[in-house]
Parts: sequence; structure tokens; C-alpha cells
Amino acid sequence: MNIWLFILAMAVVTYLIRMIPLTLIRGKIKNRFVRSFLYYVPYACLMAMTFPAVFHATEHVLAAALGVLVAIGLALKGKGLVTVAVAASVTVFLASLLLGFIAL
Amino acid sequence: MGKEFRNGIKDGIPIALGYFAVSFSLGIAMLAAGMTAVQGAVMSVSNLTSAGEFAGVRVIAAGGTLIELVLTQIIINLRYSLMSLSLTQKLDEKVKFWQKLIIAFGNTDEIFAVAMNHQKSLTLPYMVGLQSLPIVGWTAGTFLGAVAGGLMPTSVAMAMNVMLYGMFIAIVVPVAKKSRPVLIVASVAILASSLFRYVPWLHQISEGISIIVCTVVAATFGAIVFPVKEEEGAQ
Repeated sequence: MNIWLFILAMAVVTYLIRMIPLTLIRGKIKNRFVRSFLYYVPYACLMAMTFPAVFHATEHVLAAALGVLVAIGLALKGKGLVTVAVAASVTVFLASLLLGFIAL
Repeated sequence: MGKEFRNGIKDGIPIALGYFAVSFSLGIAMLAAGMTAVQGAVMSVSNLTSAGEFAGVRVIAAGGTLIELVLTQIIINLRYSLMSLSLTQKLDEKVKFWQKLIIAFGNTDEIFAVAMNHQKSLTLPYMVGLQSLPIVGWTAGTFLGAVAGGLMPTSVAMAMNVMLYGMFIAIVVPVAKKSRPVLIVASVAILASSLFRYVPWLHQISEGISIIVCTVVAATFGAIVFPVKEEEGAQ
């Protein structure tokens, strides 16, 4: 088994998946249904990837939940991507430490 | 350096940081699968896909076949074709064919998300700027992960994992706050993906397929119940 061949195959397949739809469609789509569908794709996709996966991405579900709450709170206040992302991460780290101590 | 490029670089910083953390654990997994750090770095710089690469490494570790590998990649990464389709509607009209070939290369979940959140139509300099630091972060993280192995405490790595999810939340929440249809579509997507996660027989379906199904269901629901007006849509 040649690992380099595997890497190449993965790269080609992944690139084609991204490239074909991007180059195939030229200009703005007129159909209202399709335009509406594509408008909602990012939000649907991002939320499907985040929930509930985020609750299982850390050692403690509770720590992740606190991180999510902090992220939603700051996002509602209109904070930027970096602030929200870092705050969620720091919250999860601190909460995990705390929960780790309690568990001990 | 143009303004568009600089804006792209700036928007790419949080993605790059998150990628560094996630790819670090990817590097560790590659090492465990018997790959070298250089092979890991080449896989990361040429693929730029977390779930796809994790799955690919698993196939390699299990001594799977090339066909198995290709099928896994298609299923797990098919969501990118939906994202690319959506991205076409936000590209600047002046973007040429060869420029699309470059933009397509780095259309990851996070780059797509930030690009769609950008206030203006997308140009090549912005997209190249946006992609460059995350590509460096992703590749460097993979390499260092494979070299340094488990040096980073798990708690730190896991907390950094959450950074990417935090970014997704930061993108969707402000829009959902203003738009009830987006809030409802997002809720439908969350409900659907929770079903895939917690209902026993649905749980067997791969994550890649689950994400596609959830996205299509929620976005179709939105398109039927809340069709966008002329001036909105994928602008």
C-alpha cells in the first residue's frame, strides 16, 4: 500500500467535489426556490455541524454547555468572531479544570 | 498588498488558530496510523478537510483499499459541493474561471462560513487572503502534532476544538437574532442533527451523510415556508 497514492487520491477527490459546482454555475440563479435554498444552506449546515457535536467535543458535557452559552451570549451582544471563539474556548478550559477538581 | 487581501488575512486569523489546534490532534492520529510528519503535512496542505482526513487516516490505519478511501472521501466531503454551489451566488461578477479554480481549493467549512458572512461580494484577493493563514495553521498543526505527539495536554487541545464551534455560533446567532426564518431554519437543522446523533438506528449513518441530509432538509424547509425576497437571497 502506497500512502502517497492514497494522499493524492484523497486530494483529487476532495478538490473535484469543491471545484465542479463552483465553476459549473455562472452568474446569478434566477429561480426563487433555488435562491432561497442556497440562502439558507450556510446557516443550516453550520448548525447541523455544531449541534449536538460540540457537546461531545470536550471531556465534560457541562463544560461544553457553558462554552456554548458564553458564545451565544457574546454573539447576541454583537461581539466579533475572534472574541466569541476565544471566550468559548477559555470557558471550556476553565470549566473542565474546575470539573476535573470536583471529580477528583 | 490590497485592502481586500488584508481584510481576508484578518478574517482568517481565528480560523487559523482553531485549525492549528484541531490539526494538532490530527497529526497525532496520523503518527499512530504509521504515517510520517511529512506525509501528514502533505495530506493536510493538499486536502484541507478535518473530517475527510480523519476518516482517510482511519482507512489507511486499517489497511483499507483505494476504492474504500475514495468512497469515504466522497460521502464525507460531499457537503462541500453544496457550499461551493452557495458560494457561486456571492462571488463578484468579475471573478474569472481560473480564479474560481483557486477559490475552490480552500473552500472549507470555516472559510465558507466566514466568506458567506462577509459584507461584500467575494473577490479573488479577499478569498486568497482568507485562505492563506488557515492553510498554514492547518498544515503546521498537523506537522507539529505528528512530531510532538501527545505533548499538548488533552484538556488544552479539547478546549481549542471548541473554538471552531464558537465561530460557527458567532456567525449564525446575529443573523438569527434579526431574521426569524433563519432562526427557524437553524432550529430545524439542530433538531435533525440531534435525531441523527441520538436515535439508535440513525446513529449508524455516517456524519458526512447526516450533515448533508440535515442541511438539505432544513434549507428546503426554509425555501418552501420562507422564500427570500428579490433583494435578499444568496446576494
